[in-house]
Amino acid sequence: MKRFESYGQGVPGLELGDLSGWLIVVEGPDGVGRTTHVNRLRAHLEQLGYAVAETGLTRSDLASRGIRRAKQGNTLGANAFNLFYATDFADRLEQQIVPALRAGFVMITDRYIFSLMARAIVRGADPDWIKQVYSFALMPDVVFYLRIGAEQLVPRVLADGPFDYWESGMDVPMGEDLYDSFVNYQGRIIHELDALAKEYGFHMLDATRDVDDISDELCASVTRLLMKRPAGAAT
Amino acid sequence: MSLASAYGQRINPYPGKLVIVEGIDGSGKSTQLALLAQWLRSEGHLVTFSEWNSSPIVRATTARGKKRQLLTPLTFSLIHATDFSDRVERDIVPALKAGAVVLADRYVFTAFARDVARGVDRQWVRALYRFAVTPTLAVYFRAPLQVALHRILSGRPKLKFYEAGMDLRLDPDPTESYKRFQSRIQVEYEGLVPEFGLATMDATLPVEVQQRSLRELIRPHLVGIARSPRAEGFEAGEEQRA
Repeated sequence: MKRFESYGQGVPGLELGDLSGWLIVVEGPDGVGRTTHVNRLRAHLEQLGYAVAETGLTRSDLASRGIRRAKQGNTLGANAFNLFYATDFADRLEQQIVPALRAGFVMITDRYIFSLMARAIVRGADPDWIKQVYSFALMPDVVFYLRIGAEQLVPRVLADGPFDYWESGMDVPMGEDLYDSFVNYQGRIIHELDALAKEYGFHMLDATRDVDDISDELCASVTRLLMKRPAGAAT
Repeated sequence: MSLASAYGQRINPYPGKLVIVEGIDGSGKSTQLALLAQWLRSEGHLVTFSEWNSSPIVRATTARGKKRQLLTPLTFSLIHATDFSDRVERDIVPALKAGAVVLADRYVFTAFARDVARGVDRQWVRALYRFAVTPTLAVYFRAPLQVALHRILSGRPKLKFYEAGMDLRLDPDPTESYKRFQSRIQVEYEGLVPEFGLATMDATLPVEVQQRSLRELIRPHLVGIARSPRAEGFEAGEEQRA
Protein backbone atom coordinates (compact mmCIF):
# COMPACT_ATOMS: atom_id res chain seq x y z
CA MET A 1 0.00 0.00 0.00
CA LYS A 2 1.15 3.51 -0.81
CA ARG A 3 2.39 5.72 1.95
CA PHE A 4 0.29 8.65 0.67
CA GLU A 5 -3.06 8.86 -1.08
CA SER A 6 -4.98 11.82 -2.41
CA TYR A 7 -8.61 12.54 -1.53
CA GLY A 8 -9.79 12.11 -5.11
CA GLN A 9 -8.19 11.45 -8.46
CA GLY A 10 -4.82 12.89 -7.48
CA VAL A 11 -2.40 15.07 -9.36
CA PRO A 12 -2.25 14.42 -13.11
CA GLY A 13 0.97 12.67 -14.05
CA LEU A 14 2.17 12.31 -10.49
CA GLU A 15 3.16 8.90 -9.17
CA LEU A 16 2.65 8.68 -5.41
CA GLY A 17 4.33 5.31 -4.96
CA ASP A 18 7.81 6.65 -4.19
CA LEU A 19 6.77 9.15 -1.53
CA SER A 20 7.98 8.67 2.02
CA GLY A 21 8.39 11.34 4.67
CA TRP A 22 5.58 12.79 6.78
CA LEU A 23 3.02 15.48 6.09
CA ILE A 24 2.06 17.40 9.21
CA VAL A 25 -0.56 20.13 9.01
CA VAL A 26 -1.21 22.91 11.52
CA GLU A 27 -4.57 24.64 11.03
CA GLY A 28 -6.24 27.45 12.92
CA PRO A 29 -7.53 31.00 12.44
CA ASP A 30 -5.43 34.13 11.96
CA GLY A 31 -3.62 35.21 15.12
CA VAL A 32 -4.01 31.95 17.03
CA GLY A 33 -0.25 31.39 17.20
CA ARG A 34 0.35 28.92 14.40
CA THR A 35 3.72 30.42 13.45
CA THR A 36 5.05 30.11 16.99
CA HIS A 37 4.02 26.48 17.20
CA VAL A 38 5.34 25.60 13.77
CA ASN A 39 8.71 27.15 14.67
CA ARG A 40 8.87 25.26 17.95
CA LEU A 41 7.86 21.99 16.33
CA ARG A 42 10.49 22.45 13.67
CA ALA A 43 13.24 23.10 16.23
CA HIS A 44 12.11 20.08 18.24
CA LEU A 45 12.21 17.74 15.24
CA GLU A 46 15.54 19.03 14.01
CA GLN A 47 16.91 18.42 17.51
CA LEU A 48 15.86 14.79 17.10
CA GLY A 49 17.70 14.63 13.76
CA TYR A 50 14.79 14.83 11.33
CA ALA A 51 15.04 16.85 8.12
CA VAL A 52 12.23 19.38 8.19
CA ALA A 53 10.70 21.48 5.43
CA GLU A 54 7.95 24.03 5.72
CA THR A 55 5.33 25.68 3.56
CA GLY A 56 2.30 27.90 4.09
CA LEU A 57 -0.38 29.82 2.25
CA THR A 58 0.67 31.98 -0.69
CA ARG A 59 4.28 30.86 -0.66
CA SER A 60 4.30 29.43 -4.18
CA ASP A 61 6.78 30.43 -6.83
CA LEU A 62 3.98 30.66 -9.38
CA ALA A 63 1.20 32.64 -7.73
CA SER A 64 2.44 34.35 -4.55
CA ARG A 65 3.30 37.61 -6.30
CA GLY A 66 -0.03 37.73 -8.13
CA ILE A 67 -2.04 37.06 -4.97
CA ARG A 68 -0.16 39.80 -3.13
CA ARG A 69 -0.90 42.25 -5.93
CA ALA A 70 -4.54 41.22 -6.09
CA LYS A 71 -4.91 41.78 -2.34
CA GLN A 72 -3.49 45.28 -2.58
CA GLY A 73 -6.14 46.45 -4.98
CA ASN A 74 -9.01 44.05 -4.25
CA THR A 75 -9.25 43.69 -8.00
CA LEU A 76 -10.29 40.06 -8.27
CA GLY A 77 -13.75 38.61 -7.95
CA ALA A 78 -14.38 36.45 -4.87
CA ASN A 79 -14.57 33.18 -6.74
CA ALA A 80 -11.52 34.00 -8.84
CA PHE A 81 -9.70 34.59 -5.56
CA ASN A 82 -10.74 31.14 -4.36
CA LEU A 83 -9.26 29.61 -7.49
CA PHE A 84 -6.13 31.76 -7.33
CA TYR A 85 -5.49 30.29 -3.86
CA ALA A 86 -6.11 26.81 -5.27
CA THR A 87 -3.51 27.52 -7.97
CA ASP A 88 -1.04 28.62 -5.32
CA PHE A 89 -1.73 25.49 -3.29
CA ALA A 90 -1.39 23.18 -6.31
CA ASP A 91 1.95 24.73 -7.20
CA ARG A 92 3.22 24.26 -3.64
CA LEU A 93 1.92 20.70 -3.52
CA GLU A 94 3.78 19.81 -6.71
CA GLN A 95 6.92 21.92 -6.26
CA GLN A 96 7.44 21.91 -2.49
CA ILE A 97 5.43 19.28 -0.63
CA VAL A 98 5.83 16.28 -2.95
CA PRO A 99 9.60 16.73 -3.48
CA ALA A 100 10.12 17.07 0.28
CA LEU A 101 8.13 13.91 0.95
CA ARG A 102 10.02 12.06 -1.78
CA ALA A 103 13.26 13.03 -0.02
CA GLY A 104 11.97 11.72 3.31
CA PHE A 105 11.47 15.08 5.02
CA VAL A 106 8.97 15.98 7.68
CA MET A 107 6.86 18.53 5.79
CA ILE A 108 5.18 20.96 8.17
CA THR A 109 2.40 22.91 6.52
CA ASP A 110 1.17 26.10 8.14
CA ARG A 111 -2.47 25.79 6.99
CA TYR A 112 -3.49 23.39 4.26
CA ILE A 113 -6.59 23.03 2.11
CA PHE A 114 -8.92 23.40 5.10
CA SER A 115 -8.33 27.11 5.77
CA LEU A 116 -8.71 27.67 2.04
CA MET A 117 -11.99 25.76 2.00
CA ALA A 118 -13.22 27.73 5.01
CA ARG A 119 -12.41 31.13 3.50
CA ALA A 120 -14.11 30.10 0.24
CA ILE A 121 -17.25 28.83 1.99
CA VAL A 122 -17.50 32.01 4.07
CA ARG A 123 -17.39 33.97 0.79
CA GLY A 124 -20.29 32.00 -0.61
CA ALA A 125 -18.66 29.04 -2.37
CA ASP A 126 -20.59 25.77 -2.30
CA PRO A 127 -18.89 23.44 0.21
CA ASP A 128 -19.17 20.39 -2.06
CA TRP A 129 -17.69 22.30 -4.96
CA ILE A 130 -14.65 23.63 -3.12
CA LYS A 131 -13.99 20.17 -1.63
CA GLN A 132 -14.04 18.70 -5.13
CA VAL A 133 -11.66 21.38 -6.37
CA TYR A 134 -9.18 20.40 -3.63
CA SER A 135 -9.67 16.65 -4.06
CA PHE A 136 -6.24 16.39 -5.72
CA ALA A 137 -4.57 17.16 -2.36
CA LEU A 138 -2.66 14.50 -0.43
CA MET A 139 -4.17 13.24 2.81
CA PRO A 140 -1.83 14.43 5.57
CA ASP A 141 -0.60 12.14 8.34
CA VAL A 142 -2.24 14.41 10.86
CA VAL A 143 -4.00 17.77 11.03
CA PHE A 144 -3.58 19.71 14.26
CA TYR A 145 -6.27 22.31 14.83
CA LEU A 146 -5.45 25.21 17.15
CA ARG A 147 -8.97 25.89 18.36
CA ILE A 148 -10.06 29.21 19.85
CA GLY A 149 -13.23 31.33 19.93
CA ALA A 150 -13.39 34.54 17.87
CA GLU A 151 -13.84 36.72 20.97
CA GLN A 152 -10.73 35.20 22.56
CA LEU A 153 -8.81 35.93 19.39
CA VAL A 154 -9.38 39.70 19.52
CA PRO A 155 -6.94 40.65 22.31
CA ARG A 156 -4.18 38.52 20.73
CA VAL A 157 -4.57 40.13 17.36
CA LEU A 158 -4.78 43.67 18.79
CA ALA A 159 -1.54 43.08 20.71
CA ASP A 160 0.21 42.64 17.35
CA GLY A 161 -1.10 45.86 15.79
CA PRO A 162 -4.23 47.04 14.01
CA PHE A 163 -6.74 44.66 12.43
CA ASP A 164 -5.75 43.46 8.97
CA TYR A 165 -8.18 44.24 6.14
CA TRP A 166 -8.25 40.68 4.79
CA GLU A 167 -8.14 38.95 8.18
CA SER A 168 -11.23 40.97 9.01
CA GLY A 169 -12.99 39.83 5.85
CA MET A 170 -13.50 43.44 4.78
CA ASP A 171 -13.71 42.34 1.16
CA VAL A 172 -17.01 40.69 2.01
CA PRO A 173 -17.62 42.85 4.43
CA MET A 174 -19.17 41.50 7.58
CA GLY A 175 -19.63 44.48 9.86
CA GLU A 176 -19.68 48.25 10.07
CA ASP A 177 -16.03 48.58 10.99
CA LEU A 178 -12.89 46.47 11.22
CA TYR A 179 -13.67 45.26 14.73
CA ASP A 180 -17.21 44.07 13.96
CA SER A 181 -16.13 42.55 10.70
CA PHE A 182 -13.14 40.82 12.28
CA VAL A 183 -15.26 39.19 14.97
CA ASN A 184 -17.98 38.14 12.53
CA TYR A 185 -15.59 36.98 9.87
CA GLN A 186 -13.26 35.01 12.14
CA GLY A 187 -16.30 33.59 13.91
CA ARG A 188 -17.58 32.21 10.64
CA ILE A 189 -14.16 30.90 9.64
CA ILE A 190 -13.91 29.09 12.98
CA HIS A 191 -17.42 27.71 12.51
CA GLU A 192 -16.39 26.24 9.14
CA LEU A 193 -13.09 24.90 10.50
CA ASP A 194 -15.04 23.20 13.32
CA ALA A 195 -17.22 21.45 10.75
CA LEU A 196 -14.18 20.40 8.72
CA ALA A 197 -12.49 19.19 11.92
CA LYS A 198 -15.34 16.78 12.47
CA GLU A 199 -15.50 15.65 8.85
CA TYR A 200 -11.76 15.13 8.39
CA GLY A 201 -10.86 14.08 11.92
CA PHE A 202 -8.51 16.83 13.07
CA HIS A 203 -6.43 16.50 16.24
CA MET A 204 -7.84 19.29 18.43
CA LEU A 205 -5.50 21.51 20.45
CA ASP A 206 -7.20 23.92 22.86
CA ALA A 207 -5.43 27.16 21.93
CA THR A 208 -6.67 29.08 24.98
CA ARG A 209 -4.19 27.20 27.16
CA ASP A 210 -0.65 28.24 28.02
CA VAL A 211 1.60 28.39 24.94
CA ASP A 212 4.17 25.98 26.43
CA ASP A 213 1.52 23.39 27.25
CA ILE A 214 0.23 23.51 23.69
CA SER A 215 3.63 23.14 22.08
CA ASP A 216 4.57 20.32 24.49
CA GLU A 217 1.48 18.42 23.40
CA LEU A 218 2.10 19.17 19.73
CA CYS A 219 5.76 18.08 19.85
CA ALA A 220 4.98 14.92 21.81
CA SER A 221 2.17 13.92 19.42
CA VAL A 222 4.32 14.39 16.36
CA THR A 223 7.23 12.50 17.92
CA ARG A 224 4.94 9.57 18.70
CA LEU A 225 3.62 9.61 15.16
CA LEU A 226 7.11 9.60 13.64
CA MET A 227 8.16 6.63 15.80
CA LYS A 228 5.00 4.70 15.06
CA ARG A 229 5.01 5.31 11.32
CA PRO A 230 8.58 5.21 9.99
CA ALA A 231 9.30 6.92 6.66
CA GLY A 232 8.47 4.80 3.64
CA ALA A 233 6.48 2.25 5.61
CA ALA A 234 2.96 1.28 4.70
CA THR A 235 0.13 3.07 6.45
CA MET B 1 -18.31 12.42 -8.10
CA SER B 2 -21.94 13.46 -8.19
CA LEU B 3 -23.34 15.14 -11.27
CA ALA B 4 -25.15 17.70 -9.16
CA SER B 5 -21.86 19.44 -8.48
CA ALA B 6 -20.53 19.49 -12.03
CA TYR B 7 -20.73 22.11 -14.80
CA GLY B 8 -24.18 22.61 -16.30
CA GLN B 9 -26.25 23.61 -13.28
CA ARG B 10 -25.96 27.38 -13.57
CA ILE B 11 -28.58 28.14 -16.20
CA ASN B 12 -28.53 31.72 -17.51
CA PRO B 13 -31.38 33.51 -15.67
CA TYR B 14 -30.62 36.92 -17.24
CA PRO B 15 -32.19 38.71 -20.19
CA GLY B 16 -29.00 38.61 -22.29
CA LYS B 17 -27.84 35.73 -24.48
CA LEU B 18 -24.50 33.94 -24.38
CA VAL B 19 -23.20 32.59 -27.67
CA ILE B 20 -19.93 30.69 -27.72
CA VAL B 21 -17.85 29.03 -30.41
CA GLU B 22 -15.45 26.16 -29.93
CA GLY B 23 -13.08 24.14 -32.07
CA ILE B 24 -9.41 23.38 -32.54
CA ASP B 25 -7.01 26.05 -33.82
CA GLY B 26 -7.57 26.68 -37.51
CA SER B 27 -11.22 25.65 -37.49
CA GLY B 28 -12.25 29.15 -38.58
CA LYS B 29 -14.44 29.87 -35.53
CA SER B 30 -12.96 33.31 -34.78
CA THR B 31 -13.66 34.54 -38.31
CA GLN B 32 -17.25 33.37 -38.04
CA LEU B 33 -17.75 34.99 -34.64
CA ALA B 34 -16.40 38.33 -35.91
CA LEU B 35 -18.80 38.21 -38.87
CA LEU B 36 -21.65 37.33 -36.53
CA ALA B 37 -20.83 40.31 -34.30
CA GLN B 38 -20.98 42.70 -37.24
CA TRP B 39 -24.31 41.35 -38.34
CA LEU B 40 -25.80 41.47 -34.83
CA ARG B 41 -24.73 45.09 -34.46
CA SER B 42 -26.21 46.00 -37.81
CA GLU B 43 -29.45 44.45 -36.55
CA GLY B 44 -29.30 46.84 -33.59
CA HIS B 45 -28.34 44.37 -30.86
CA LEU B 46 -26.09 45.18 -27.96
CA VAL B 47 -23.04 43.03 -28.53
CA THR B 48 -20.08 42.46 -26.24
CA PHE B 49 -17.08 40.24 -26.71
CA SER B 50 -15.70 38.33 -23.79
CA GLU B 51 -11.96 37.94 -24.11
CA TRP B 52 -9.72 35.37 -22.47
CA ASN B 53 -7.29 36.68 -19.87
CA SER B 54 -9.42 39.55 -18.61
CA SER B 55 -7.75 40.14 -15.25
CA PRO B 56 -4.34 41.82 -15.57
CA ILE B 57 -3.12 40.22 -12.35
CA VAL B 58 -4.03 36.69 -13.33
CA ARG B 59 -2.74 37.38 -16.82
CA ALA B 60 0.66 38.35 -15.37
CA THR B 61 0.79 35.12 -13.37
CA THR B 62 -0.16 33.01 -16.38
CA ALA B 63 2.45 34.77 -18.52
CA ARG B 64 5.08 34.22 -15.86
CA GLY B 65 4.16 30.54 -15.55
CA LYS B 66 4.35 30.06 -19.29
CA LYS B 67 7.55 31.98 -19.80
CA ARG B 68 9.39 30.18 -17.03
CA GLN B 69 7.67 26.88 -17.79
CA LEU B 70 6.42 26.59 -14.23
CA LEU B 71 3.00 25.26 -15.21
CA THR B 72 2.05 21.61 -14.84
CA PRO B 73 -1.21 20.17 -16.19
CA LEU B 74 -2.81 20.85 -12.79
CA THR B 75 -1.64 24.45 -12.35
CA PHE B 76 -2.24 25.20 -16.05
CA SER B 77 -5.83 24.11 -15.53
CA LEU B 78 -6.30 26.05 -12.27
CA ILE B 79 -4.78 29.35 -13.41
CA HIS B 80 -6.99 29.33 -16.51
CA ALA B 81 -10.02 28.55 -14.36
CA THR B 82 -9.06 31.48 -12.11
CA ASP B 83 -8.97 33.81 -15.06
CA PHE B 84 -12.18 32.41 -16.49
CA SER B 85 -13.96 32.82 -13.16
CA ASP B 86 -13.01 36.48 -13.05
CA ARG B 87 -14.35 36.87 -16.58
CA VAL B 88 -17.65 35.27 -15.65
CA GLU B 89 -18.11 37.47 -12.59
CA ARG B 90 -16.95 40.80 -13.97
CA ASP B 91 -17.54 40.56 -17.67
CA ILE B 92 -20.07 37.98 -18.79
CA VAL B 93 -22.70 38.14 -16.03
CA PRO B 94 -22.96 41.98 -15.95
CA ALA B 95 -23.35 42.05 -19.74
CA LEU B 96 -26.01 39.34 -19.61
CA LYS B 97 -27.84 41.29 -16.91
CA ALA B 98 -27.76 44.32 -19.22
CA GLY B 99 -29.45 42.30 -21.93
CA ALA B 100 -26.51 42.07 -24.31
CA VAL B 101 -25.63 39.33 -26.72
CA VAL B 102 -22.34 38.14 -25.26
CA LEU B 103 -20.01 36.45 -27.70
CA ALA B 104 -17.16 34.28 -26.47
CA ASP B 105 -14.42 32.81 -28.62
CA ARG B 106 -13.84 29.59 -26.63
CA TYR B 107 -15.54 28.75 -23.34
CA VAL B 108 -15.44 25.94 -20.76
CA PHE B 109 -15.23 23.30 -23.48
CA THR B 110 -11.76 24.50 -24.41
CA ALA B 111 -10.67 23.69 -20.87
CA PHE B 112 -12.50 20.35 -20.89
CA ALA B 113 -10.77 19.35 -24.14
CA ARG B 114 -7.33 20.86 -23.53
CA ASP B 115 -6.92 19.95 -19.86
CA VAL B 116 -8.05 16.36 -20.35
CA ALA B 117 -5.69 16.11 -23.34
CA ARG B 118 -3.01 17.04 -20.78
CA GLY B 119 -4.04 14.23 -18.45
CA VAL B 120 -6.32 16.10 -16.05
CA ASP B 121 -9.21 14.02 -14.72
CA ARG B 122 -12.37 14.40 -16.82
CA GLN B 123 -14.82 14.62 -13.91
CA TRP B 124 -12.60 16.90 -11.88
CA VAL B 125 -12.38 19.58 -14.57
CA ARG B 126 -16.16 19.44 -15.09
CA ALA B 127 -16.64 20.02 -11.39
CA LEU B 128 -14.06 22.82 -11.41
CA TYR B 129 -16.14 24.85 -13.90
CA ARG B 130 -19.41 24.51 -12.08
CA PHE B 131 -19.58 28.30 -11.60
CA ALA B 132 -19.83 28.92 -15.36
CA VAL B 133 -23.14 30.11 -16.80
CA THR B 134 -24.36 27.72 -19.47
CA PRO B 135 -24.44 29.27 -22.97
CA THR B 136 -27.64 29.99 -24.88
CA LEU B 137 -25.95 28.59 -27.96
CA ALA B 138 -22.68 26.66 -28.23
CA VAL B 139 -21.35 25.86 -31.68
CA TYR B 140 -18.52 23.42 -32.34
CA PHE B 141 -16.62 24.05 -35.57
CA ARG B 142 -15.70 20.64 -36.86
CA ALA B 143 -12.72 20.61 -39.17
CA PRO B 144 -10.65 17.60 -40.27
CA LEU B 145 -7.36 17.65 -38.38
CA GLN B 146 -5.29 17.92 -41.57
CA VAL B 147 -7.29 20.93 -42.79
CA ALA B 148 -6.97 22.79 -39.49
CA LEU B 149 -3.27 21.94 -39.16
CA HIS B 150 -2.62 23.15 -42.69
CA ARG B 151 -4.37 26.47 -41.99
CA ILE B 152 -2.21 27.07 -38.92
CA LEU B 153 1.10 25.53 -39.99
CA SER B 154 1.24 26.86 -43.57
CA GLY B 155 1.91 30.28 -42.05
CA ARG B 156 5.00 28.75 -40.41
CA PRO B 157 4.20 30.14 -36.97
CA LYS B 158 6.62 29.98 -34.12
CA LEU B 159 4.67 27.66 -31.84
CA LYS B 160 4.84 28.46 -28.16
CA PHE B 161 5.83 25.84 -25.60
CA TYR B 162 2.41 25.18 -24.06
CA GLU B 163 0.53 25.87 -27.26
CA ALA B 164 2.48 23.03 -28.89
CA GLY B 165 1.88 20.80 -25.85
CA MET B 166 5.65 20.55 -25.35
CA ASP B 167 5.08 20.08 -21.61
CA LEU B 168 3.66 16.63 -22.42
CA ARG B 169 6.89 15.51 -24.10
CA LEU B 170 4.99 13.91 -26.97
CA ASP B 171 7.70 14.79 -29.46
CA PRO B 172 10.89 16.88 -29.27
CA ASP B 173 9.90 18.71 -32.47
CA PRO B 174 7.38 21.52 -31.72
CA THR B 175 5.44 21.02 -34.95
CA GLU B 176 5.11 17.25 -34.43
CA SER B 177 4.19 17.82 -30.80
CA TYR B 178 1.57 20.39 -31.83
CA LYS B 179 -0.01 17.93 -34.30
CA ARG B 180 -0.26 15.18 -31.73
CA PHE B 181 -1.57 17.56 -29.06
CA GLN B 182 -4.24 19.01 -31.40
CA SER B 183 -5.25 15.48 -32.34
CA ARG B 184 -5.81 14.60 -28.69
CA ILE B 185 -7.80 17.81 -28.17
CA GLN B 186 -9.97 16.99 -31.16
CA VAL B 187 -10.76 13.55 -29.76
CA GLU B 188 -11.96 15.21 -26.54
CA TYR B 189 -14.04 17.77 -28.46
CA GLU B 190 -15.82 15.01 -30.36
CA GLY B 191 -16.83 13.47 -27.05
CA LEU B 192 -18.11 16.83 -25.77
CA VAL B 193 -20.54 17.26 -28.68
CA PRO B 194 -23.00 14.58 -27.53
CA GLU B 195 -22.20 15.05 -23.82
CA PHE B 196 -23.22 18.72 -23.81
CA GLY B 197 -25.39 18.85 -26.91
CA LEU B 198 -23.17 21.27 -28.81
CA ALA B 199 -24.41 22.43 -32.21
CA THR B 200 -21.94 21.49 -34.93
CA MET B 201 -20.75 23.41 -37.96
CA ASP B 202 -19.03 21.85 -40.94
CA ALA B 203 -15.94 24.05 -40.98
CA THR B 204 -14.92 22.93 -44.48
CA LEU B 205 -17.86 24.79 -46.06
CA PRO B 206 -17.33 28.25 -47.64
CA VAL B 207 -17.17 31.09 -45.13
CA GLU B 208 -20.44 32.71 -46.25
CA VAL B 209 -22.32 29.40 -46.14
CA GLN B 210 -21.18 28.82 -42.57
CA GLN B 211 -22.14 32.38 -41.66
CA ARG B 212 -25.68 31.92 -42.99
CA SER B 213 -26.05 28.73 -40.94
CA LEU B 214 -24.70 30.45 -37.86
CA ARG B 215 -27.22 33.30 -38.21
CA GLU B 216 -30.03 30.75 -38.57
CA LEU B 217 -28.84 29.02 -35.40
CA ILE B 218 -28.92 32.21 -33.37
CA ARG B 219 -32.06 33.80 -34.85
CA PRO B 220 -34.62 31.99 -32.65
CA HIS B 221 -32.77 33.25 -29.55
CA LEU B 222 -32.99 36.89 -30.58
CA VAL B 223 -36.76 37.13 -30.42
CA GLY B 224 -37.87 39.72 -27.92
CA ILE B 225 -34.43 40.81 -26.69
CA ALA B 226 -33.36 44.42 -26.37
CA ARG B 227 -32.32 46.42 -29.41
CA SER B 228 -30.64 49.74 -29.60
CA PRO B 229 -32.88 52.69 -30.49
CA ARG B 230 -30.29 53.52 -33.13
CA ALA B 231 -30.30 50.84 -35.75
CA GLU B 232 -26.55 50.58 -36.07
CA GLY B 233 -23.26 51.56 -34.55
CA PHE B 234 -24.43 51.22 -30.98
CA GLU B 235 -21.47 49.66 -29.22
CA ALA B 236 -21.95 50.45 -25.57
CA GLY B 237 -19.99 47.42 -24.48
CA GLU B 238 -16.91 48.48 -26.38
CA GLU B 239 -17.01 52.05 -25.22
CA GLN B 240 -17.22 50.93 -21.64
CA ARG B 241 -14.19 48.71 -22.02
CA ALA B 242 -12.10 51.43 -23.64
